[in-house]
Amino acid sequence: MSGRKKSTRYYLLALVLGYIAVLILLPIGALIANTFAKGGMTFLKVLCRQDVLHAFVLTFSLSAVAVVLNAVFGVVIAWVLVRHQFPGRNLLNALVDLPFAVSPVVAGYMLILLFGRTGWFYPLLQATGLKVVFSLPGMAIATTFVSLPFVIREVMPVLQEIGLEEDQAAYTLGANGWQTFWRVTFPGIRWGLLYGVTLTFARALGEFGALFVVSGAVSGETETATLFVFRAMDERLYQEAYAVSLTLAAVSFFVLLAMEALRKRIHEEA
Amino acid sequence: MSKMKAGPLSLRLSAIAYLAFMLFIPLAAVLQDGLRSGFSSFANSLFNPAAWHALKLTVWTAVVMALINAVMGTLTAYVMVRYAFPGRAWLNSLIDLPFAIPTLVTGVMLVILYGPQQVLGGWLKNHWGWEIIFAPAGIILALLFVTFPLVVRTVEPLLMEIDEDQEEAARALGASSWTTFWRVLFPAILPGILTGTLLTFSRALGEFGSVVVVAGNIPFKSQTAAVYVWGELESQNRQGASAMSVLLVALSFLMILLVDWFEKRRGKTRVRS
Amino acid sequence: MGISVVNLTKRFGEFTAVDRVNFDVKEGELVALLGPSGSGKSTILRMICGLETPDDGEIYLTGENATSLSIQKRGVGFVFQHYALFKHMTVWQNIAFGLEVQKFPKKEIKGRVEELLHLVQLQGYSHHLPSQLSGGQRQRVALARALAPKPKVLLLDEPFGALDAKVREELRNWIRRLHDEFHVTSLFVTHDQNEALEISDKIVVVNQGRVEQIGTSQEIYENPQSSFVAGFIGPVNVLRGKVEAGKAKVGEFEFALDSSFLEGHTDAEALIRPSDVMLDTAATSSFPKGQVKRVSFLGWGIKVDIVLMDGQIMTVHLTKERFQELQLAEGQDVYIQPRDAKVFTRKAAAQDYSI
Repeated sequence: MSGRKKSTRYYLLALVLGYIAVLILLPIGALIANTFAKGGMTFLKVLCRQDVLHAFVLTFSLSAVAVVLNAVFGVVIAWVLVRHQFPGRNLLNALVDLPFAVSPVVAGYMLILLFGRTGWFYPLLQATGLKVVFSLPGMAIATTFVSLPFVIREVMPVLQEIGLEEDQAAYTLGANGWQTFWRVTFPGIRWGLLYGVTLTFARALGEFGALFVVSGAVSGETETATLFVFRAMDERLYQEAYAVSLTLAAVSFFVLLAMEALRKRIHEEA
Repeated sequence: MSKMKAGPLSLRLSAIAYLAFMLFIPLAAVLQDGLRSGFSSFANSLFNPAAWHALKLTVWTAVVMALINAVMGTLTAYVMVRYAFPGRAWLNSLIDLPFAIPTLVTGVMLVILYGPQQVLGGWLKNHWGWEIIFAPAGIILALLFVTFPLVVRTVEPLLMEIDEDQEEAARALGASSWTTFWRVLFPAILPGILTGTLLTFSRALGEFGSVVVVAGNIPFKSQTAAVYVWGELESQNRQGASAMSVLLVALSFLMILLVDWFEKRRGKTRVRS
Repeated sequence: MGISVVNLTKRFGEFTAVDRVNFDVKEGELVALLGPSGSGKSTILRMICGLETPDDGEIYLTGENATSLSIQKRGVGFVFQHYALFKHMTVWQNIAFGLEVQKFPKKEIKGRVEELLHLVQLQGYSHHLPSQLSGGQRQRVALARALAPKPKVLLLDEPFGALDAKVREELRNWIRRLHDEFHVTSLFVTHDQNEALEISDKIVVVNQGRVEQIGTSQEIYENPQSSFVAGFIGPVNVLRGKVEAGKAKVGEFEFALDSSFLEGHTDAEALIRPSDVMLDTAATSSFPKGQVKRVSFLGWGIKVDIVLMDGQIMTVHLTKERFQELQLAEGQDVYIQPRDAKVFTRKAAAQDYSI
């Protein structure tokens, strides 16, 4: 960095670090401090509450469903988008980003429009006795929707880079589409897929807006961890809110670390 | 490739079916509902005072936030790529942290820090008259937190492509640091800054979890468009909720298309967001 | 008949890449599909394999009409220019892939893979990944992999294009060895005429989507049937002249007209191999004169560039001994006796003969 004034460098560094410290570190610090303000035992006691435990179980279950659905369909969609040209492909490609752009509240509302009492699918639901809105299926759909794009967006560039020739070689050796996909294509995309799954999980874990609209937030039944935090804040159960918030943040943080490690892995393989 | 259609055909159909169920149909449902009673009714719902105020608030806070983000995000990217300092790896992980933390938790953290009963919040209010919680400043802070990584991560790869040699060459030719930045670096990273800012803005339009906690649901003061939709739903006013939803979806979709078009002009079909 | 291609045609939009191509490859033959870039040779190969669909024409593999068969069902082994090895599988797994997919019995798979590893001399490498191998080694694995499931036909698409000269030569020998061992009907695409001349039983010369000539290396080299083929195979001098009084008059040279002559042809081209020219320094010689412009050392011989009386340049290859005898120096006068020339005539045209 010769030739550049040392002071510019220090000012810039100070500005950026200061900004990040105030914007990101400070709030996190405040959360940690306030959570443990009444001691570690209070923290653990809160986590063992019936409704808290149930909320966590629900959150993780919904996230698991979202991960499985989006992983499977995500890979297929990525493959279709990368390997095929068809009219409307570009529109479809752009549409995949819709869950990123749409407000979670609107996403939840969309589901109510489809499955609520005046919804398009209501007659079908009546007939089968299936409950979607204010019930678990609806929440699963909402969680899956908001975390839809991640796997697709992570797998597509990898597929693009791998190219066609290995697939073609497999065909000449007698392999059909399935065999080629499993034995030749899949090993190439696995790290991208895993990274996408990690992002999907983190997003699903933290979903709030859509669930708020779709679930009705009935404690002990359709209350996820995030919904619990909101209720706790509302009812001034601050210790409870902070404890669950911190736990969610911590889990997310570890998921983040996994993300970083995976990203490094992908770059190594490239 | 000709003969490979048989197996993959069922695959393609299932992919399209999944997307149809997950994306097309919900989109159509919102559009249909919002425009159901005709366009004038739609317009009326949007231009009622509370809705209009929510929209304005949403847009101006998003713009302010996007501008701050553009600047700080670019500077952060620059520092990350060009400087070596102890703790740089940690900083790298820290930058992604907002992506990992649930937005609701972000709201909670900000309330803890800046709430009027808290030490910092109280001091700010009494000393400077700054209201953070239940005020636009809080909204901007929340949005800044939540969208922080967007600009940084879109600018970084572009910066990495530019060798330091170019900067050094410029300096050897007599350019000051500022000139070097403006004429060598800036044009190259501008596309990234624009894309990142657009993404940031688009994200901010729909942000809910952090905003609803930080700003609350006070119409005409701190109610954003997304919170407005929720408010309307709570009060069973479907028409109001639908109209605003349609607008938000349209705006967001417009942003996506803009970013897409922009990237294509640069010669890349957007495969990664 | 191992491979039979009948009226094969392929168009890309307005552009006709392959234009009614016909040729055969006998069972057990090793044939080269030779031509410049863009001549359509790779497209022809890919159509035979099934990677592209022809717009017209038919493909027969060991007598069976394969035109509408899927790639998998054709039983064709294919070797790619950039190897296309399965990056995440070991050498062993790569070679065994075709056998596993086509459900060969386990014991047979083991035996076959070992046999091929031995043949391409990569016995110690069965657990290596492609990234740990050199270019030449990777291509040997690709060859072994393609041959493992006993294909009826072996197709190679510029198999040595990605390798440097020395490795290319080694691999040419590998191909010949493997072919002698397995006698698989083989067709390989190349733009390198040395390669084609050296290892193939027969050459199909392709230009702009059409077959120019089919024959053995010797036939093509010694009896080119068009100026393109003559110019493409081996070094050649192209001297231009006119048809006069029933003969082709090229500068000071006079050549008898060839079977290609038709009434109305006025332009003539004489194609003379640099090695088919005798030089003399004796001033008493009755042969046309030229002046030595440049002498270059080629390693195995000497190249002499001579300016003819009409300004055209002629290149002559001499053995070192002959050059010593003549003691040629730049600027010296020399007398030229072409021993063999192919004469091509045509109507006066604006068309450029560019080789």
